[in-house]
Amino acid sequence: MATGHLTPSEYIGHHLSFNQKVVGEGGFWVLNVDTLVMSALLGIVVFGLLWWVVRGATAGVPTKRQAFVELLVEFIDTQVKSIFHGNRHVFIAPLALTVFVWVLVMNAMDFLPIDIMANFVYANLGLHAWRSVPTSDINATFALALAVWFLMIFFSIKVKGLGGWIHELFCSPFGSNPLVWPANFAFNLIEYISKPLSHSLRLFGNMYAGEIIFLLLGMWAATGLAGTVFGALLGAGWAIFHILIVCLQAFIFMMLTVVYISMAHESH
Amino acid sequence: MNINLTLIAQAISFAILIWFTTKFVWPYLLNAIETRQKTIADGLAAAERGKQELEVATQRSAEVVNDAKQKATSIIAQAEKRASEIVEEAKANAKTEGDRIITGAKAEIDQEVNRAKEGLRQQVSTLAIAGAEKILRKEIDAKAHADLLTSIANEL
Repeated sequence: MATGHLTPSEYIGHHLSFNQKVVGEGGFWVLNVDTLVMSALLGIVVFGLLWWVVRGATAGVPTKRQAFVELLVEFIDTQVKSIFHGNRHVFIAPLALTVFVWVLVMNAMDFLPIDIMANFVYANLGLHAWRSVPTSDINATFALALAVWFLMIFFSIKVKGLGGWIHELFCSPFGSNPLVWPANFAFNLIEYISKPLSHSLRLFGNMYAGEIIFLLLGMWAATGLAGTVFGALLGAGWAIFHILIVCLQAFIFMMLTVVYISMAHESH
Repeated sequence: MNINLTLIAQAISFAILIWFTTKFVWPYLLNAIETRQKTIADGLAAAERGKQELEVATQRSAEVVNDAKQKATSIIAQAEKRASEIVEEAKANAKTEGDRIITGAKAEIDQEVNRAKEGLRQQVSTLAIAGAEKILRKEIDAKAHADLLTSIANEL
Protein backbone atom coordinates (compact mmCIF):
# COMPACT_ATOMS: atom_id res chain seq x y z
CA MET A 1 0.00 0.00 0.00
CA ALA A 2 1.17 3.49 -0.72
CA THR A 3 1.73 5.26 2.57
CA GLY A 4 1.81 8.80 1.27
CA HIS A 5 -1.73 9.74 2.11
CA LEU A 6 -1.94 7.99 5.47
CA THR A 7 -1.18 9.46 8.85
CA PRO A 8 1.26 7.43 10.96
CA SER A 9 -1.47 6.02 13.17
CA GLU A 10 -3.54 5.08 10.13
CA TYR A 11 -0.49 3.39 8.62
CA ILE A 12 0.16 1.33 11.71
CA GLY A 13 -3.50 0.65 12.29
CA HIS A 14 -3.85 -0.47 8.71
CA HIS A 15 -0.97 -2.92 9.01
CA LEU A 16 -2.21 -4.26 12.30
CA SER A 17 -5.79 -4.94 11.22
CA PHE A 18 -6.77 -8.51 10.54
CA ASN A 19 -8.60 -9.81 7.55
CA GLN A 20 -11.68 -10.79 9.48
CA LYS A 21 -14.73 -12.74 8.51
CA VAL A 22 -17.80 -12.50 10.69
CA VAL A 23 -19.50 -15.86 11.08
CA GLY A 24 -22.08 -15.12 13.75
CA GLU A 25 -23.54 -12.72 16.28
CA GLY A 26 -21.28 -11.10 18.83
CA GLY A 27 -17.59 -10.27 19.06
CA PHE A 28 -16.47 -13.87 19.47
CA TRP A 29 -17.84 -15.29 16.24
CA VAL A 30 -15.17 -13.83 14.02
CA LEU A 31 -12.43 -15.62 12.12
CA ASN A 32 -9.07 -14.04 11.42
CA VAL A 33 -8.68 -15.39 7.91
CA ASP A 34 -5.11 -14.20 7.46
CA THR A 35 -3.87 -15.90 10.64
CA LEU A 36 -5.63 -19.13 9.81
CA VAL A 37 -4.60 -19.25 6.17
CA MET A 38 -0.98 -18.33 6.84
CA SER A 39 -0.56 -20.80 9.69
CA ALA A 40 -2.32 -23.62 7.87
CA LEU A 41 -0.35 -22.94 4.69
CA LEU A 42 2.94 -22.89 6.58
CA GLY A 43 1.96 -26.00 8.50
CA ILE A 44 1.09 -27.89 5.33
CA VAL A 45 4.23 -26.78 3.50
CA VAL A 46 6.72 -27.38 6.28
CA PHE A 47 5.26 -30.62 7.65
CA GLY A 48 4.64 -31.85 4.13
CA LEU A 49 8.32 -31.18 3.49
CA LEU A 50 9.30 -33.08 6.63
CA TRP A 51 7.04 -35.94 5.65
CA TRP A 52 8.50 -36.02 2.16
CA VAL A 53 12.07 -36.17 3.51
CA VAL A 54 11.24 -38.67 6.22
CA ARG A 55 9.25 -40.99 3.96
CA GLY A 56 12.42 -41.84 2.07
CA ALA A 57 14.51 -42.00 5.24
CA THR A 58 17.20 -44.65 5.12
CA ALA A 59 19.03 -46.28 7.96
CA GLY A 60 22.16 -46.29 5.84
CA VAL A 61 24.13 -43.24 4.80
CA PRO A 62 21.62 -40.37 4.91
CA THR A 63 21.18 -37.82 2.17
CA LYS A 64 21.94 -34.19 2.97
CA ARG A 65 18.33 -33.24 3.51
CA GLN A 66 17.70 -36.29 5.65
CA ALA A 67 20.78 -35.42 7.70
CA PHE A 68 19.41 -31.91 8.17
CA VAL A 69 16.05 -33.21 9.39
CA GLU A 70 17.82 -35.72 11.62
CA LEU A 71 19.87 -32.90 13.10
CA LEU A 72 16.67 -31.04 13.91
CA VAL A 73 14.99 -34.11 15.34
CA GLU A 74 18.01 -35.09 17.43
CA PHE A 75 18.29 -31.55 18.75
CA ILE A 76 14.69 -31.64 19.91
CA ASP A 77 14.99 -35.22 21.15
CA THR A 78 17.98 -34.23 23.29
CA GLN A 79 16.04 -31.36 24.83
CA VAL A 80 13.03 -33.55 25.56
CA LYS A 81 15.19 -36.35 26.95
CA SER A 82 16.78 -34.00 29.48
CA ILE A 83 13.36 -32.95 30.81
CA PHE A 84 10.96 -35.83 30.36
CA HIS A 85 11.68 -39.25 31.86
CA GLY A 86 9.42 -41.75 30.22
CA ASN A 87 8.69 -43.01 26.75
CA ARG A 88 9.00 -39.68 24.97
CA HIS A 89 8.66 -41.12 21.46
CA VAL A 90 4.98 -41.87 21.87
CA PHE A 91 3.83 -38.28 22.15
CA ILE A 92 5.97 -35.63 23.80
CA ALA A 93 8.91 -35.59 21.41
CA PRO A 94 6.75 -35.38 18.27
CA LEU A 95 4.69 -32.71 20.00
CA ALA A 96 7.85 -30.74 20.74
CA LEU A 97 8.92 -31.08 17.10
CA THR A 98 5.52 -29.86 15.91
CA VAL A 99 5.53 -26.88 18.25
CA PHE A 100 9.11 -25.88 17.50
CA VAL A 101 8.92 -26.15 13.73
CA TRP A 102 5.51 -24.59 13.38
CA VAL A 103 6.19 -21.67 15.71
CA LEU A 104 9.56 -21.15 14.06
CA VAL A 105 8.14 -20.83 10.55
CA MET A 106 5.22 -18.71 11.74
CA ASN A 107 7.65 -16.40 13.52
CA ALA A 108 9.88 -16.37 10.46
CA MET A 109 7.10 -14.67 8.47
CA ASP A 110 8.24 -11.57 10.32
CA PHE A 111 11.23 -11.43 7.97
CA LEU A 112 8.98 -10.70 5.01
CA PRO A 113 9.06 -6.96 4.30
CA ILE A 114 5.77 -5.75 5.67
CA ASP A 115 4.88 -3.18 2.99
CA ILE A 116 5.92 -5.37 0.08
CA MET A 117 3.76 -8.16 1.47
CA ALA A 118 0.82 -5.81 1.88
CA ASN A 119 1.33 -4.55 -1.65
CA PHE A 120 1.59 -8.10 -2.99
CA VAL A 121 -1.56 -9.25 -1.25
CA TYR A 122 -3.46 -6.15 -2.38
CA ALA A 123 -2.28 -6.42 -5.97
CA ASN A 124 -2.90 -10.16 -6.32
CA LEU A 125 -5.80 -10.88 -4.00
CA GLY A 126 -7.37 -7.45 -3.68
CA LEU A 127 -7.25 -7.63 0.11
CA HIS A 128 -6.63 -4.45 2.10
CA ALA A 129 -5.89 -6.06 5.42
CA TRP A 130 -3.51 -8.96 5.65
CA ARG A 131 -1.17 -9.87 8.50
CA SER A 132 1.47 -12.38 7.57
CA VAL A 133 2.76 -13.29 11.03
CA PRO A 134 0.30 -15.66 12.71
CA THR A 135 2.19 -15.59 16.03
CA SER A 136 1.63 -11.85 16.33
CA ASP A 137 -2.06 -12.69 16.66
CA ILE A 138 -2.97 -13.39 20.28
CA ASN A 139 -5.53 -15.92 19.07
CA ALA A 140 -2.87 -18.09 17.49
CA THR A 141 -0.47 -18.10 20.43
CA PHE A 142 -3.29 -18.50 22.93
CA ALA A 143 -4.67 -21.40 20.92
CA LEU A 144 -1.32 -23.18 21.14
CA ALA A 145 -0.92 -22.42 24.82
CA LEU A 146 -4.47 -23.48 25.58
CA ALA A 147 -4.03 -26.73 23.67
CA VAL A 148 -0.89 -27.42 25.68
CA TRP A 149 -2.83 -26.52 28.82
CA PHE A 150 -5.53 -29.07 28.06
CA LEU A 151 -2.87 -31.67 27.26
CA MET A 152 -1.28 -30.88 30.61
CA ILE A 153 -4.53 -31.50 32.47
CA PHE A 154 -5.24 -34.56 30.35
CA PHE A 155 -1.88 -36.15 31.17
CA SER A 156 -2.16 -35.13 34.80
CA ILE A 157 -5.44 -37.03 35.08
CA LYS A 158 -4.23 -39.89 32.91
CA VAL A 159 -1.09 -40.47 34.99
CA LYS A 160 -2.45 -39.86 38.50
CA GLY A 161 -6.12 -40.64 37.98
CA LEU A 162 -8.90 -38.15 38.56
CA GLY A 163 -8.71 -38.66 42.33
CA GLY A 164 -4.97 -38.25 42.32
CA TRP A 165 -5.23 -35.04 40.33
CA ILE A 166 -7.85 -33.55 42.66
CA HIS A 167 -5.82 -34.71 45.65
CA GLU A 168 -2.83 -32.90 44.22
CA LEU A 169 -4.89 -29.74 43.66
CA PHE A 170 -5.61 -29.58 47.38
CA CYS A 171 -2.58 -31.22 48.95
CA SER A 172 0.39 -29.73 47.17
CA PRO A 173 2.62 -27.86 47.57
CA PHE A 174 2.09 -27.18 51.29
CA GLY A 175 0.95 -30.59 52.55
CA SER A 176 -2.21 -32.62 53.16
CA ASN A 177 -3.39 -30.92 56.35
CA PRO A 178 -7.03 -29.78 55.80
CA LEU A 179 -6.09 -26.35 57.17
CA VAL A 180 -3.86 -25.63 54.17
CA TRP A 181 -6.28 -26.97 51.55
CA PRO A 182 -7.54 -23.50 50.57
CA ALA A 183 -4.01 -22.18 50.30
CA ASN A 184 -2.98 -25.16 48.19
CA PHE A 185 -5.98 -24.82 45.95
CA ALA A 186 -5.47 -21.09 45.48
CA PHE A 187 -1.82 -21.71 44.71
CA ASN A 188 -2.63 -24.35 42.11
CA LEU A 189 -5.38 -22.20 40.61
CA ILE A 190 -2.98 -19.32 40.11
CA GLU A 191 -0.47 -21.70 38.59
CA TYR A 192 -3.01 -23.16 36.20
CA ILE A 193 -4.18 -19.70 35.14
CA SER A 194 -0.74 -18.17 34.81
CA LYS A 195 0.75 -20.98 32.78
CA PRO A 196 -1.20 -20.52 29.53
CA LEU A 197 -1.18 -16.75 29.90
CA SER A 198 2.58 -16.43 30.29
CA HIS A 199 3.11 -19.13 27.71
CA SER A 200 1.06 -17.39 25.01
CA LEU A 201 1.72 -13.76 25.90
CA ARG A 202 5.50 -14.18 25.88
CA LEU A 203 5.46 -15.33 22.26
CA PHE A 204 2.75 -12.90 21.21
CA GLY A 205 4.45 -9.93 22.87
CA ASN A 206 7.80 -10.61 21.27
CA MET A 207 6.41 -11.05 17.78
CA TYR A 208 3.96 -8.15 18.04
CA ALA A 209 6.67 -5.80 19.31
CA GLY A 210 8.95 -6.93 16.52
CA GLU A 211 6.30 -6.14 13.97
CA ILE A 212 5.66 -2.70 15.46
CA ILE A 213 9.34 -1.85 15.36
CA PHE A 214 9.43 -2.79 11.70
CA LEU A 215 6.42 -0.57 11.11
CA LEU A 216 8.02 2.36 12.93
CA LEU A 217 11.21 1.95 10.91
CA GLY A 218 9.11 1.76 7.75
CA MET A 219 7.43 4.99 8.71
CA TRP A 220 10.74 6.68 9.32
CA ALA A 221 11.89 5.50 5.91
CA ALA A 222 8.97 7.42 4.38
CA THR A 223 10.05 10.77 5.82
CA GLY A 224 12.92 11.66 3.51
CA LEU A 225 16.38 10.66 2.31
CA ALA A 226 18.03 10.57 5.73
CA GLY A 227 15.06 8.68 7.12
CA THR A 228 15.24 6.18 4.27
CA VAL A 229 18.96 5.56 4.81
CA PHE A 230 18.69 5.19 8.59
CA GLY A 231 15.42 3.36 8.36
CA ALA A 232 16.98 0.84 5.98
CA LEU A 233 20.11 0.44 8.11
CA LEU A 234 18.19 0.03 11.34
CA GLY A 235 15.65 -2.18 9.61
CA ALA A 236 18.48 -4.47 8.49
CA GLY A 237 19.92 -4.44 12.02
CA TRP A 238 16.58 -5.20 13.56
CA ALA A 239 15.95 -7.98 11.05
CA ILE A 240 19.29 -9.57 11.93
CA PHE A 241 18.53 -9.29 15.62
CA HIS A 242 15.11 -10.67 14.87
CA ILE A 243 16.65 -13.90 13.57
CA LEU A 244 17.73 -14.52 17.14
CA ILE A 245 14.33 -13.58 18.56
CA VAL A 246 12.44 -15.77 16.11
CA CYS A 247 14.52 -18.83 16.90
CA LEU A 248 14.73 -18.11 20.60
CA GLN A 249 10.99 -17.60 21.04
CA ALA A 250 10.22 -20.78 19.12
CA PHE A 251 12.72 -22.64 21.32
CA ILE A 252 11.30 -21.15 24.53
CA PHE A 253 7.77 -21.98 23.50
CA MET A 254 8.77 -25.57 22.80
CA MET A 255 10.73 -25.91 26.04
CA LEU A 256 7.84 -24.58 28.11
CA THR A 257 5.48 -26.98 26.36
CA VAL A 258 7.75 -29.89 27.23
CA VAL A 259 8.26 -28.69 30.78
CA TYR A 260 4.54 -28.22 31.45
CA ILE A 261 3.64 -31.63 30.11
CA SER A 262 6.52 -33.32 31.95
CA MET A 263 5.40 -31.66 35.18
CA ALA A 264 1.95 -33.11 34.62
CA HIS A 265 3.53 -36.57 34.58
CA GLU A 266 5.24 -36.17 37.93
CA SER A 267 3.43 -36.61 41.21
CA HIS A 268 4.28 -34.42 44.12
CA MET B 1 -6.56 -8.13 19.43
CA ASN B 2 -9.78 -9.65 20.65
CA ILE B 3 -10.08 -13.33 21.39
CA ASN B 4 -12.40 -14.81 18.81
CA LEU B 5 -13.24 -18.00 16.98
CA THR B 6 -9.74 -18.02 15.44
CA LEU B 7 -8.61 -19.44 18.75
CA ILE B 8 -10.59 -22.62 18.27
CA ALA B 9 -9.81 -22.96 14.57
CA GLN B 10 -6.12 -22.50 15.29
CA ALA B 11 -6.25 -25.08 18.08
CA ILE B 12 -7.84 -27.56 15.69
CA SER B 13 -5.12 -27.06 13.09
CA PHE B 14 -2.56 -27.44 15.87
CA ALA B 15 -4.15 -30.74 16.88
CA ILE B 16 -4.06 -31.94 13.28
CA LEU B 17 -0.38 -31.05 12.95
CA ILE B 18 0.45 -32.81 16.22
CA TRP B 19 -1.40 -35.90 15.02
CA PHE B 20 0.38 -35.75 11.66
CA THR B 21 3.85 -35.40 13.18
CA THR B 22 3.21 -38.11 15.76
CA LYS B 23 1.90 -40.49 13.17
CA PHE B 24 3.84 -39.82 9.98
CA VAL B 25 7.01 -37.87 10.69
CA TRP B 26 8.51 -38.92 13.99
CA PRO B 27 8.27 -42.74 13.83
CA TYR B 28 9.86 -43.02 10.38
CA LEU B 29 12.84 -40.90 11.23
CA LEU B 30 13.23 -42.42 14.68
CA ASN B 31 13.17 -45.86 13.08
CA ALA B 32 15.89 -44.87 10.63
CA ILE B 33 18.01 -43.29 13.35
CA GLU B 34 17.63 -46.21 15.74
CA THR B 35 18.38 -48.76 13.04
CA ARG B 36 21.50 -46.85 12.13
CA GLN B 37 22.54 -46.61 15.77
CA LYS B 38 22.10 -50.35 16.09
CA THR B 39 24.12 -50.95 12.93
CA ILE B 40 26.91 -48.78 14.25
CA ALA B 41 26.82 -50.48 17.65
CA ASP B 42 26.93 -53.89 15.97
CA GLY B 43 29.83 -52.76 13.82
CA LEU B 44 31.76 -51.56 16.84
CA ALA B 45 31.07 -54.80 18.69
CA ALA B 46 32.20 -56.80 15.66
CA ALA B 47 35.38 -54.73 15.46
CA GLU B 48 36.02 -55.40 19.15
CA ARG B 49 35.44 -59.10 18.63
CA GLY B 50 37.75 -59.08 15.61
CA LYS B 51 40.43 -57.42 17.70
CA GLN B 52 40.17 -60.06 20.38
CA GLU B 53 40.22 -62.83 17.82
CA LEU B 54 43.28 -61.30 16.22
CA GLU B 55 44.99 -61.27 19.61
CA VAL B 56 44.16 -64.93 20.18
CA ALA B 57 45.31 -65.82 16.68
CA THR B 58 48.56 -63.93 17.20
CA GLN B 59 49.16 -65.85 20.40
CA ARG B 60 48.38 -69.14 18.72
CA SER B 61 50.64 -68.40 15.78
CA ALA B 62 53.45 -67.51 18.18
CA GLU B 63 52.91 -70.84 19.94
CA VAL B 64 52.95 -72.71 16.63
CA VAL B 65 56.15 -70.98 15.57
CA ASN B 66 57.72 -71.81 18.93
CA ASP B 67 56.69 -75.45 18.60
CA ALA B 68 58.09 -75.61 15.10
CA LYS B 69 61.34 -74.07 16.27
CA GLN B 70 61.68 -76.62 19.04
CA LYS B 71 60.88 -79.46 16.68
CA ALA B 72 63.40 -78.18 14.16
CA THR B 73 66.05 -77.94 16.87
CA SER B 74 65.42 -81.48 18.02
CA ILE B 75 65.40 -82.74 14.43
CA ILE B 76 68.70 -81.02 13.74
CA ALA B 77 70.19 -82.46 16.93
CA GLN B 78 68.99 -85.93 15.99
CA ALA B 79 70.37 -85.53 12.49
CA GLU B 80 73.71 -84.40 13.81
CA LYS B 81 73.82 -87.36 16.15
CA ARG B 82 72.87 -89.69 13.36
CA ALA B 83 75.46 -88.15 11.07
CA SER B 84 78.20 -88.61 13.62
CA GLU B 85 77.00 -92.18 14.14
CA ILE B 86 77.16 -92.84 10.43
CA VAL B 87 80.63 -91.36 10.23
CA GLU B 88 81.74 -93.50 13.15
CA GLU B 89 80.21 -96.56 11.57
CA ALA B 90 81.83 -95.80 8.25
CA LYS B 91 85.14 -95.30 9.98
CA ALA B 92 84.81 -98.65 11.74
CA ASN B 93 83.78 -100.36 8.51
CA ALA B 94 86.68 -98.86 6.66
CA LYS B 95 89.07 -100.00 9.37
CA THR B 96 87.85 -103.60 9.33
CA GLU B 97 87.85 -103.61 5.53
CA GLY B 98 91.36 -102.22 5.51
CA ASP B 99 92.48 -104.79 8.03
CA ARG B 100 90.89 -107.49 5.95
CA ILE B 101 92.63 -106.27 2.80
CA ILE B 102 95.94 -106.02 4.60
CA THR B 103 95.57 -109.55 5.98
CA GLY B 104 94.66 -110.86 2.53
CA ALA B 105 97.60 -109.09 0.98
CA LYS B 106 99.94 -110.41 3.63
CA ALA B 107 98.69 -113.96 3.05
CA GLU B 108 99.12 -113.54 -0.69
CA ILE B 109 102.61 -112.21 -0.18
CA ASP B 110 103.43 -115.18 2.03
CA GLN B 111 102.06 -117.50 -0.60
CA GLU B 112 104.08 -115.78 -3.32
CA VAL B 113 107.20 -115.95 -1.20
CA ASN B 114 106.61 -119.65 -0.51
CA ARG B 115 105.98 -120.32 -4.16
CA ALA B 116 109.11 -118.44 -5.14
CA LYS B 117 111.03 -120.38 -2.52
CA GLU B 118 109.60 -123.62 -3.86
CA GLY B 119 110.52 -122.65 -7.43
CA LEU B 120 114.00 -121.68 -6.36
CA ARG B 121 114.41 -124.89 -4.47
CA GLN B 122 113.39 -126.89 -7.51
CA GLN B 123 115.72 -124.94 -9.74
CA VAL B 124 118.52 -125.23 -7.20
CA SER B 125 117.97 -128.96 -6.95
CA THR B 126 117.97 -129.22 -10.72
CA LEU B 127 121.10 -127.07 -10.82
CA ALA B 128 122.69 -129.19 -8.09
CA ILE B 129 121.93 -132.33 -10.00
CA ALA B 130 123.27 -130.86 -13.19
CA GLY B 131 126.35 -129.72 -11.32
CA ALA B 132 126.82 -133.10 -9.75
CA GLU B 133 126.41 -134.77 -13.14
CA LYS B 134 129.06 -132.58 -14.56
CA ILE B 135 131.35 -133.31 -11.66
CA LEU B 136 130.77 -137.04 -11.76
CA ARG B 137 130.51 -137.21 -15.51
CA LYS B 138 128.04 -139.83 -15.18
CA GLU B 139 124.45 -140.25 -15.17
CA ILE B 140 122.88 -140.06 -11.89
CA ASP B 141 119.83 -142.03 -11.50
CA ALA B 142 117.34 -139.53 -10.25
CA LYS B 143 115.24 -142.21 -8.94
CA ALA B 144 118.00 -143.97 -7.14
CA HIS B 145 119.17 -140.83 -5.47
CA ALA B 146 115.89 -139.26 -4.89
CA ASP B 147 116.27 -139.33 -1.16
CA LEU B 148 119.59 -137.69 -1.38
CA LEU B 149 118.38 -135.04 -3.76
CA THR B 150 115.40 -134.24 -1.67
CA SER B 151 117.47 -133.82 1.43
CA ILE B 152 119.81 -131.52 -0.45
CA ALA B 153 116.91 -129.57 -1.77
CA ASN B 154 115.53 -129.23 1.72
CA GLU B 155 118.79 -127.91 3.05
CA LEU B 156 118.92 -125.18 0.49
